[in-house]
Amino acid sequence: MAEVKEPVKQEQESWWSKKERKLVIDPLLDNNPITVQVLGVCSALAVTTLTFKALIMAISVTLVTAFSNLFTSMLRNYIPFQVRMIAQLVIIAFLVTVVELTLKAAQYPMWKDLSVFIGLIITNCIVMGRLEAYAMANKPWKSFLDGIGNGLGYGAILIALGIVREIFGKGTLLAGSPFELKIIGPSADFLLNTQNAWLSWYAPNNLMVLPASALFLIGIIIWIQRSMQPKLIDVS
Amino acid sequence: MEFLNVFLKSAFIENMVLSYFLGMCSFLAVSKSVKTAIGLGAAVIFVLAITMPINWLINEYLLGPNGIFGLDLTFLRFILFIAVIAAMVQLVEMIVEKYSPSLYNALGIFLPLITVNCAILGGSLFMISREYNLSQSIAFGLGGGFGWFLAIVALAAIREKMRYSNVPAPLRGLGMAFILTGLMGIAFMSIMGIDPAVYMKLK
Repeated sequence: MAEVKEPVKQEQESWWSKKERKLVIDPLLDNNPITVQVLGVCSALAVTTLTFKALIMAISVTLVTAFSNLFTSMLRNYIPFQVRMIAQLVIIAFLVTVVELTLKAAQYPMWKDLSVFIGLIITNCIVMGRLEAYAMANKPWKSFLDGIGNGLGYGAILIALGIVREIFGKGTLLAGSPFELKIIGPSADFLLNTQNAWLSWYAPNNLMVLPASALFLIGIIIWIQRSMQPKLIDVS
Repeated sequence: MEFLNVFLKSAFIENMVLSYFLGMCSFLAVSKSVKTAIGLGAAVIFVLAITMPINWLINEYLLGPNGIFGLDLTFLRFILFIAVIAAMVQLVEMIVEKYSPSLYNALGIFLPLITVNCAILGGSLFMISREYNLSQSIAFGLGGGFGWFLAIVALAAIREKMRYSNVPAPLRGLGMAFILTGLMGIAFMSIMGIDPAVYMKLK
């Protein structure tokens, strides 16, 4: 419980209560941006061929969503309604440019791989969708948490897809990062068992490298999620 | 000839939706009926065809090292491109509202939503990374929009037919749309890598 300056507000608002926790945890499952809200699908398909790529994308999107929510929420009373789209887009584009230049400096090969898709975070529907649906009507701190939650929900799906696609498509895990592992396939060095390759009969499945496989996997995730939570099923 | 080549390539072989999977959000959300799909598709063609040459001119004469400022301002690319797209969508909305109120009513909310369609900004960024010239970028805008139009109308038609089939309840609607798009993408892969220029030279 942090200090709040106005004594009146102290009873109503705390920095980390049940409500705030719900803002972060809800988008992970019940209100997941990809499988329930259908936002931000484009990049989920393109960047999940490698887990490390998916991880970097997830971090970038979480940062952009959280901070654009924060800034928009701070400015929400000063933005005229008619030009709100352009104002929001300028905030997002500014943040994306910062993320892109940082990535270019820190992880140049990854930046080259991701180049167009980092730019496309601007039009990632999650960012814009959360700005419209949440940040324009709520206080900065709550909007920030909402952004973090939605970014993490998006990241969770991205990383799950990345792990499945990389293991079955390439036989590796976290390739391109310092912690590269070869898990299955002819020359596996899984654990210490370098002599007898683990699952050496497995040939990498090229279907998993194609974007179409991500669509099938998301379809299957939706199938599993909706059969566990029947209230999400489409009635129409 | 080059114009036709880029047009055919961007409409069929390197289809925006089915080969690069751009603009998926509205592609999946608006493909419930053929009628709205046609409206959105037409608006996307229009906006892509306008923004592409404008963004090309901005990139060449404003941001590039050979432009008016003589500086390398490419780091401003995202902000300027998205501002152009948002302004164009607003302009298109106003023009359509003034001269064709019936079309405006038919498109409704989908017109402003085009701003955040990844296919539009993605098209401009691809145009830069592929180093197209002005006429090629016009062809790319028209072709990419046409390809997007075809894809969304095709998916909407399939989804209308799917209503009569016995899909497992949790997969109904969204889940099936994902799997259908995946199958369409695989079908489109069979023509990936074909270069229309080769065939046109033979004739």
